[in-house]
Amino acid sequence: MSISTYRPLPDDIRAIQDEMEKVAASYGLDFYETIFEMLDYEELSRFAAYGGFPIRYPHWRFGAQFDELMKGYSYGLQKIYEMVINTDPCYAYLLNCNSMTDQKLVIAHVYGHCDFFKNNAWFSKTNRRMLDQLANHAARINRYIDRYGHEAVEEFIDSCLSIEDLIDPYSPHIVRSVKQRKQPSDSSEEEPETNDRRFRAKDYMDSFVNPQEVLDQERSQQHEEFQRQHVNRSFPAEPVRDVLQFLIEHGQLREWQRDVLSIIREEAYYFAPQGQTKIMNEGWASYWHTTIMTNHGLTDAEVIDYADHHSGTMATSPTRLNPYKLGIELFRDIEERWNRGQFGSEWENCDDVEVRDHWDKKLGLGREKIFEVRRIHNDITFIDTFLTEDFCRRHRMFSFAYNDEEKTYEIESREFKDVKQHLLRNLTNYGRPQIRVIDGNYRNRGELYLQHQFAGIELKLDDAEDTLHNVQKLWGRPVNLETVIDETLHLLTYDGQAHRRSPLTKNETFTLIN
Amino acid sequence: MTQNIDKDLQRFKQIVRGKVRGNLRKYITHGEMLGRKGREVVSIPVPNIEIPHFRHGKKGSGGSGQGEGEVGQSLGPGEPEERTGEAGNEAGRHIREVEVTLEELAAMLGEELALPNIIPKGAETLVSQKDRYNSVRQVGPDSLRHFKRTYKKALKRQIATGQYNSSKPMVVPNRDDTVYKSWTTISEPQANAVILYLMDISGSMGEEQKEIVRTTAFWINAWISSQYNGLQKRYIVHDAMAHEVDEETFFRIRESGGTRISSAYGKAIQVLEQSYPVEDWNIYIFQFSDGDNWGDDNRECLNMLKDKLLPVCNLFCYGQVESPYGSGEYVRELMGLEDSWSNVALSLIEDKQGIYECIKDFLGTGK
Repeated sequence: MSISTYRPLPDDIRAIQDEMEKVAASYGLDFYETIFEMLDYEELSRFAAYGGFPIRYPHWRFGAQFDELMKGYSYGLQKIYEMVINTDPCYAYLLNCNSMTDQKLVIAHVYGHCDFFKNNAWFSKTNRRMLDQLANHAARINRYIDRYGHEAVEEFIDSCLSIEDLIDPYSPHIVRSVKQRKQPSDSSEEEPETNDRRFRAKDYMDSFVNPQEVLDQERSQQHEEFQRQHVNRSFPAEPVRDVLQFLIEHGQLREWQRDVLSIIREEAYYFAPQGQTKIMNEGWASYWHTTIMTNHGLTDAEVIDYADHHSGTMATSPTRLNPYKLGIELFRDIEERWNRGQFGSEWENCDDVEVRDHWDKKLGLGREKIFEVRRIHNDITFIDTFLTEDFCRRHRMFSFAYNDEEKTYEIESREFKDVKQHLLRNLTNYGRPQIRVIDGNYRNRGELYLQHQFAGIELKLDDAEDTLHNVQKLWGRPVNLETVIDETLHLLTYDGQAHRRSPLTKNETFTLIN
Repeated sequence: MTQNIDKDLQRFKQIVRGKVRGNLRKYITHGEMLGRKGREVVSIPVPNIEIPHFRHGKKGSGGSGQGEGEVGQSLGPGEPEERTGEAGNEAGRHIREVEVTLEELAAMLGEELALPNIIPKGAETLVSQKDRYNSVRQVGPDSLRHFKRTYKKALKRQIATGQYNSSKPMVVPNRDDTVYKSWTTISEPQANAVILYLMDISGSMGEEQKEIVRTTAFWINAWISSQYNGLQKRYIVHDAMAHEVDEETFFRIRESGGTRISSAYGKAIQVLEQSYPVEDWNIYIFQFSDGDNWGDDNRECLNMLKDKLLPVCNLFCYGQVESPYGSGEYVRELMGLEDSWSNVALSLIEDKQGIYECIKDFLGTGK
């Protein structure tokens, strides 16, 4: 079925848009031109399955997503009200069966998102012409499908997608390392004379200042290091978080495969900031839809509908923090605190409850502050900086943990420190395990050595092995993953034939990484 | 604009079906899909197909939440291995229901078990007639005029006679050019089939044994219906006496008592004689029992089989289900028949895993 989504916006909606745009701009929101389109639910689901874009490369997972959205809608389990994508101009899609109140709310909400996309630092490196770029990707992959066959390309994309989250989301903002300088040819390399790192000492003190054991240990360390880098030809010199890039450079891939992998990687980087700023982005948009709606948009007749919809969005459940709710409350808290001057060391050091309760310096800096916050923070720094003990108590926050014996989740603590720690931990790397490349020539046999940076939560092993299977397809040689199973260090290995789990003793691991 | 997603959806469904096919053996031995049978389709629960990622397990996981409750209070097990309670927005892992038509399921079964297609007997006797529009003629009503052929013919005639002017193309068919669609009547053999299920419901047939019978019957139905246009099913239960019952009762009933298989055979003969003349019907008899027959009864059973049942039926299958009281002798009595009658199939079903082999034994004969 071919659908054209171009149809002029109905006049009444158009009028709302113009009004909302004016109001939003008057509050200082700053956004690219925003184009609204009205879609029915099926059309909206098509876009949603494609991540909000009209054209993506062919892959069944989009179909699966679409199927799920349609089913969820027809069983009345879920509904998407609106969608907006980070492009210039911004495209936003409205659901045509929404009531007029909903449309108003949604349009106001969308302007919040558009402002966030344009101004938040973490989006600053994204490609605003992604609409075209994704279509190009689709064309490239279609070309490979024509040439190499559907099955082959699909299977390869499956493998790539399996590790699409193994990127380094901060790398667009930091220059990680200078291009690796050309290694001098290894054959001429000789092991350098071990230069003793002796401290200067008088003769009679020498054996105390530079004890022989220490010198021996240093020498053997240097020797190992040399072995690792030159004799075993280990690389990279430093662990690499951008596993995809590493595979593109060093995996045993054909040219088209390299290109497909780089497409997957590029798209992963494009979508990454949305994951990094979920709480802020939704909180910011919600903050603005409430502000605009309650001050300007609503007629008396619409208040109930609005309140109903708004509270639905803000609903919380015990085991899932609602990003909309957490975000909007934090922004409000910040605004309040900066309005009243509740910040700085004077405030922090004040222990008197009475004084704190009535603390108001009438600074009125709140609005300005939240604009600044939306510009520079991501979810992690946002929570780290602005989640306060008062806030936690006021919102009855707690931390919970999985009880392995009872097989249930239990409320673990209401201590501020624990709550915050849990929250931050779940936000770190989007709550996914951090995996990095340690060695591309493990055991000097061209094996890949990945390391799971263990942070208290063990991996789901069956998934890990399936994923390793896919990594092996990209790498070509056996692959290893260092992780913790039942509190001991293990190495998962997949050599293309069989999976193996072997415990690791400490000295087998790479001691140089701490 | 996003029409490509239809292709993605098709592809996805194809993959899911492939999954069903790949795991058919598992589905065969699990009875759960019987409860999911609609009129035409069966919905089969398939674990959602997902691309694997490195993920955290449950152990050591936790998160932050909001609301009332004391420290130590349980929040429930969470969804199985899912949602580590992060503030993120990951969708849960679902079971997906795939709807597969019975026909498709039968085809998968046939492929998986390498079942031969059944060659119906008495194919000539039952004939249905159908009209097919597959030719043309010179006369007929205007409603059947073959437009394209008519104009083609007219164009040919005009070119041949030099009347056609390519700068001013105009084609006017005359009476001779006009062609009408026409039909031929073809006879299609229509084979009918009846399945008789006989089940022993004596005290020794427990819930598990009946579950096995039920599951086996489901798959047999699926396969034989795919081979015949009209399939009728009759159900007979027996202990020392035999009754004909409806489908629902057949699978639910539980009684106790002795076992006289001959009573069921008697009932079967009666049903066949009343409603299913042998020349018009393909007759299938599937008998399930734990094989613990009343000793004196065996001889009579064999006689009934030899004289009345085996000569008329396409296939006689006996499945002996192992019960807690062991497996009976009856199957041994029947083994003698296997040599002289090619339409006898016997199978011993030890447990649920045996269903797969049993279906293969029964339907692998191609009769």
